[in-house]
This record gives sequence, structure tokens and C-alpha cells, in this order.
Amino acid sequence: MEKELLDKRDIDRALSRMAHEIAERNRSLEDICLIGIQRGGVHLARRLARKIKDYEGAEVPCGSLDISLYRDDINLRKEQPVVRKTEIDFDINNKTVVLVDDVLFTGRSIRAAMDALMDMGRPAKIQLAILIDRGHRELPIRADYVGKNIPTSLSEKIEVQLSEEGHPDRVVLLKEGK
Amino acid sequence: MKGRHLLSIKDLSKEDIIHILDTAEGFRDVLKRDIKKVPTLRGKTVVNLFFEPSTRTRTSFELAAKRLSTDVINFSVPTSSVVKGESLIDTAKTIQALGADFVVVRHASSGVPHLLSEQMDASIVNAGDGINEHPTQALLDAFTIREKKGGFQGLRVAIVGDILHSRVAKSNIPCLRKLGAEVRLIGPPTLVPEGFAGEGIHLFYSMEEGLRDVDVVMMLRIQLERQDRGFFPTVDEYFRLWGLTEERMSLARPDAIVMHPGPMNRGVEIDSAVADSERAVILDQVTNGIAVRMAVLYLLGGVKS
Repeated sequence: MEKELLDKRDIDRALSRMAHEIAERNRSLEDICLIGIQRGGVHLARRLARKIKDYEGAEVPCGSLDISLYRDDINLRKEQPVVRKTEIDFDINNKTVVLVDDVLFTGRSIRAAMDALMDMGRPAKIQLAILIDRGHRELPIRADYVGKNIPTSLSEKIEVQLSEEGHPDRVVLLKEGK
Repeated sequence: MKGRHLLSIKDLSKEDIIHILDTAEGFRDVLKRDIKKVPTLRGKTVVNLFFEPSTRTRTSFELAAKRLSTDVINFSVPTSSVVKGESLIDTAKTIQALGADFVVVRHASSGVPHLLSEQMDASIVNAGDGINEHPTQALLDAFTIREKKGGFQGLRVAIVGDILHSRVAKSNIPCLRKLGAEVRLIGPPTLVPEGFAGEGIHLFYSMEEGLRDVDVVMMLRIQLERQDRGFFPTVDEYFRLWGLTEERMSLARPDAIVMHPGPMNRGVEIDSAVADSERAVILDQVTNGIAVRMAVLYLLGGVKS
């Protein structure tokens, strides 16, 4: 079963607010950069960067991060996750890195992303921007910018579908069973 | 990737090969960073079991394994108990008992990796077995060709030299065919038997004919230790007839690349001027080899029996 939680306008509105919040929290936008976690986070990071440019006129560097080599479940999986591109062609040392992902769930992806970032440099700060926070954290991690909080049960799944991947923009809740 | 081991290119589908190459792209990026190490296979043990001397392949596997944060143990013949008469199976059992998760094996006899894969729980990676196969070499060659040429469709690849005894050729031929390239085998008839011909595989006994309009020239090492067995008269004559010179290279496509698995015999199969030319991608092959071997270990790492 599938239920639409957010449509195109809801997503856009949430991202606009998050872009404003990022600008508000980080007075000097010169020191910040956005890094999206592959795959959904990468598109959202680019959208946020575009919005920040529209509102503040600041060009914020934007990169992508693949976390598959830092996951903690490598030994538990039958198939290894596909290794995607990490493209961060700017220096993250002493910068405020805003990590961007589509869904925040257990927090394990964020732990992996932070470890990956630390291997690439020493950011001054890491902040976290999330479109959907669905709860069920297994690690002490929380988001700094949240598009929408959606409490879920463990048997449900949240899917963020984006136009960059060839879908119309929307967030859906998938329920187990028929 | 299906299966727990990498024994032969023949076991891989076209999709498997492309998946390995795509995964290796990610590892190429890791190798360009300041910290060229990822924690992916932390706590795993890789045993390099080399019954034949090898510096390049062993070093490449060792570095690949270390950059995935595994612990690496090198077992090589002169220092191991094999010289004390231990049988292959006993050696395998010993390594098993040491708790190896991966065994990278090279042996002068064809089929040893297959035999070990039946005896051990660890994932076996064939690093060259006799005159049979050397799958990771073919994968790193394919990676390098894709990097330089963009793809394989319609590509003409010449493999030159001792095809008969070359495990590099025996892995490269099926690999290139699966990916869609046309393969030409060039060398003296004694070393390029007719049985190698097949769909998309053409034999040439003359460099001048075979190299015409090829996109890739893959040279094989002439094993000088075989020189006295009558496959070709002398090293000088071999170079005169089959050596890759600049003049012969001019018959290939203007943007053709030159590959060699190393170690090269300059003045035997390849002229120094060609080996050092802009067209040679021999050192790229070495660098790419680490990324491809990391990809292979990574992809085998998650599969449980």
C-alpha cells in the first residue's frame, strides 16, 4: 500500500524554508558547503544550493558523497552496495559542511558519512539537513534542518522520489503487505 | 557478482564485468585522495599465496587489500614450508586454520585456484594459474581500455606474442569478447595455434597485416626461459618479425594505445621508443590494477555461502 505524504509543492516549500534556515544559522555563507549523500541527498543538496543562491546571492560549493565503503553492515549483506561517485572538488578543511540526505532513519548512514568526511579533511563543523525524519534512531544523531517529521512504524518505508531520477517529485509511505 | 570466488573470466557475465569496472571507478577516486584508505573490510584477513615469483601482481594485491583495511599476510614459496615438502592441500588447510577470509593464489600449474576453492571456506582470487588464466589482469586491462577509449563496441584490440602460453591472453580474449570488442591475435604460428580463432577472434601471422587500423595493441611478455624450445629461432629474429616498433605502430589507428602487463623485455617484444611513447598506457595499467583488485575484494567480501 502506498500513501502520498508530500507532493511537489510541499517538497519545494520545505526546501525553501531549509535554505533560509541554513543561511540564518551560518552568517558567513563563504565558509559553508553542501555535501549530498548518494543518491537522493545529492539532488537535494543541489536544489538547496540553488535556493541559497537565489535568496542570498551566495555561490555555495556543492559536492556528493558515497558512503558504501564506510557502512557498518558490509558483513551482513548478501550483495555489496554499488559504489557511486564521491565528488568534492573543494577543500572542506575548516569549513562548515552541511550534510544533506533525503531520509533520516537509524542514523547509521550519517555516522558513515561523518567518518568518510573525516578521512577527507577536518571540517570546522558538520551540520545535518534532512528532508524527512522518520524516527527510529539507533545512534545519538539528530538533524539541524528538517523538512518534515513523519513518525513511522518499522514495517513502513519512506520513499523520496525526485524529478532528477525521472519521477515526479513526491514523498510516499509504503506499507508492508497488500 | 555471483559466486564467492574469482577463478576465471569465463564464470563472469558481461554485466558482472561491467559491475566490477564501475565499482573500480569508485576506488580510483579513493586512490586520488590524501588518505588512500577506507575502513570497508576492517578485521578481514587476506593471504597472498604465491607459488611463483611475482612482484607486481603481489604488490598490487597487497596494496589493494591494505587500502581496504584488511590485514595481509604474504606466503611465498622460498620462505614457506612448501619447500619442505608440504602438499598443496595441507598448505591450504594451514591457511584456513589461520583464519583467512581471502586467499589470493598464484601457481605454475593451471587449476590450482579451482582446487583450493573446493577445499577452503575463504574466497579464492586467481592471481594467475599456469597457462590458464589471470582474470584480474584482464579486468584491469578492460578498465584501462574503457578509461582511454570510452567503451568496447566496434573496438579492435590486437594481442601480440606468445598467445599459447599466456594466461593474460586467455583471460583477455573472453573478457574483450564479452564486452563486445573484436580481438586479433598476432604472433608466430607456433605460438598462435589455429584453435584460438572464433567468432570475433581473428588470427594474423604478420604484424603488418594484423596491426592495421587497430585501436589497442596489447603486447605480451616473451618468456625468455621458453626461448630454447624452438617456438621461434632467436630473440633477435623475434624482435625483427614481431617486435612492436614505431614504424609498425603507425599502421594502427592514429589514436591507438599500447598496453603491456609487465615486466617488459625492451628490445624483445617492444621497442623502447614505443614503450616510452605518449601512446603507452603501461603505467596507467599499474595504477588501475590496484583499483580493480580493490573492487574484486570488495565485491567478494559481502557474499556469504
